[in-house]
Amino acid sequence: MAVTAPALTAPPEIETEPRAAWRETWRRFARNRPALSGLVVIILLFLTALFGPALAPYGYAKTDLDSVNAPPSAKHWLGTDDLGRDMLTRMIYGARSVAFVIVIVATVSLTLGVTMGALAGYFGGATDTFISRLIDVLFAFPELLFIFFIAATIKPALVNNLKAFAQANDLQWLVEFVRSGYADYLVVMLALSVLGWAGLARLVRAQFLSLREKEFVLSAQAVGVPGHKIILRYLLPNAMAPIIVAISMGLGGIAIAEGVLAYLGIGLQPPNPSWGNILADNVGRHWRDWPDMLWLVFIPVIIITTVVLAFNFVGDGLNEALNPEL
Amino acid sequence: MLAYIVRRLLWLPVLLILISLITFALGIYGPGDPVQVMMGLHARPDIIAQVRKEYGLDQPFPVQYWNYMTNALRGNFGYSLVKYQGQRVSDLIAKRLPVTLQLNLVSVCWSLPLAIALGIFAALKRKSWLDVFLRGMVILAVSIPVIGLQPVLTFLFSRKHEIGPMTLGPFLPVGGWGGIFSPQVILPAFILGLGVLAVFTRQTRAAMIDVLNADYVRTARAKGLKEWMVLVRHALRNALIPLVTLIGFVLAGMFAGSFIIESFYGIPGVGQLAYDALISKEYYIIMAFTLMIAVVYVLMNLLIDILYVFVDPRIRYK
Repeated sequence: MAVTAPALTAPPEIETEPRAAWRETWRRFARNRPALSGLVVIILLFLTALFGPALAPYGYAKTDLDSVNAPPSAKHWLGTDDLGRDMLTRMIYGARSVAFVIVIVATVSLTLGVTMGALAGYFGGATDTFISRLIDVLFAFPELLFIFFIAATIKPALVNNLKAFAQANDLQWLVEFVRSGYADYLVVMLALSVLGWAGLARLVRAQFLSLREKEFVLSAQAVGVPGHKIILRYLLPNAMAPIIVAISMGLGGIAIAEGVLAYLGIGLQPPNPSWGNILADNVGRHWRDWPDMLWLVFIPVIIITTVVLAFNFVGDGLNEALNPEL
Repeated sequence: MLAYIVRRLLWLPVLLILISLITFALGIYGPGDPVQVMMGLHARPDIIAQVRKEYGLDQPFPVQYWNYMTNALRGNFGYSLVKYQGQRVSDLIAKRLPVTLQLNLVSVCWSLPLAIALGIFAALKRKSWLDVFLRGMVILAVSIPVIGLQPVLTFLFSRKHEIGPMTLGPFLPVGGWGGIFSPQVILPAFILGLGVLAVFTRQTRAAMIDVLNADYVRTARAKGLKEWMVLVRHALRNALIPLVTLIGFVLAGMFAGSFIIESFYGIPGVGQLAYDALISKEYYIIMAFTLMIAVVYVLMNLLIDILYVFVDPRIRYK
């Protein structure tokens, strides 16, 4: 009586569509009208930023003294400010600075936050304690105030030292760099990134803590997959959705913070245009000086609000698309 | 539970020391040589040396930090060097703090109850036009930056508008401080409260929806309680618990807000003091302001975390 083993047949073909989950997410996202229009606004913002110098009709510091405080016209679509500078041009260059800051801050925060969060969450122990305590200390300061504080305190030193260093070593390009206002960007980005990564790291850590107890991770560890591979191949893809949501929800905040820093005079310095200092220049520092020329103030306000709204809509849309159970 | 509280309390002094260290290091050395910053570029070297000695800035960093902190613990945060020459920073802050606290109080008083009411309505009428409208308003409210809102609202409400033959306004006076019942307070308090309104409406709605699906609400309904009893006694009481954790966050947001709003409307509070200090580079004032708020913030969050256990017995910290 030979027991015949059942013939080993290949398992039935499972229809796998590699990126089906992402396609499904996109479908859900695209159904959300506000989110989709937000995405369009953001794409427009980045295109404007990218091709700004080609699009801008004038130079951003070019004054036209024949039309000072001129209302919108064919010559100046969004009017001119009190020095006769074209508002459209300045808003376009302002878009460049806000887009630049967003890209850098988001990249730095994401890289640093995911790395630190992953290390803390996966390895635990002393690594976790150190990173978590560091985050605790950063979060002990109220966020926006800490950003003001950092920007206000490091700025003079950073700019002066760069200038002194450039002059001492006769580095013409560095002198230009400081004069062009890029050093101011550096300050703003540093201040925003110092806090930006911490929130993300905390989130990634929490995700990893719960994920690393799951069976698929245990089985990977059991067969000897090395730690860095487990983090990159097993944990990170599964923690992706909340990371994407958190980052996209934060972008609007970065845009506002960039504007507020410039408005307070500790961000980008005039004459380099940022939406914040355009607004500050045009409002006047005090309400009594607030002029009768509506376009000067309403245009920056409307544009800033539209952009922040777009980021928030996209964040909201991504949140719903990635967490359908909500 | 007790272990958790003890651990938090043990960590507290370490945290406070680290906070003060960061604030001090950034405040004194961030801007570069502090004396040079205060005196400007063209001061005479012998005067610089004298000032350096006078303020103890010729001593090593740990000694300076120790001196600053022992003075700070005695209530002395240094002196104003530019605008209010010779006045103690602590006196300057103490004089202005009541104004800021009153302004924040007015803002919370209108926005918090309204937010909770709106959140409840939105949760009860989920997916109705009201819910959709409120959700849009919440997103709009967090998207308009304060720096844009102040000039626009000020323009709309505090000026004369000539529309054809009609003259409208001005509806509200703005500028300065006239106490919590003066009409000047309306616009700043409105702008300051808007963030609270948005955040709490959203959170109340989410918490209410969560609670309304809970078993005990179904039980309450099943045993025939009147609907308002179910809502007030069973649903609302539980829905409000998680909102306690937001208090610290709101406090911090409002202080950051008063920083911008007070300087715009000329309200003589600590926000304006800090703003002026920022402009005139008075780092002793900025340091005291940051340190004060950070310490209050830390203590507040600790208190909330501990209180939370008593408010919600289901929470167990490990």
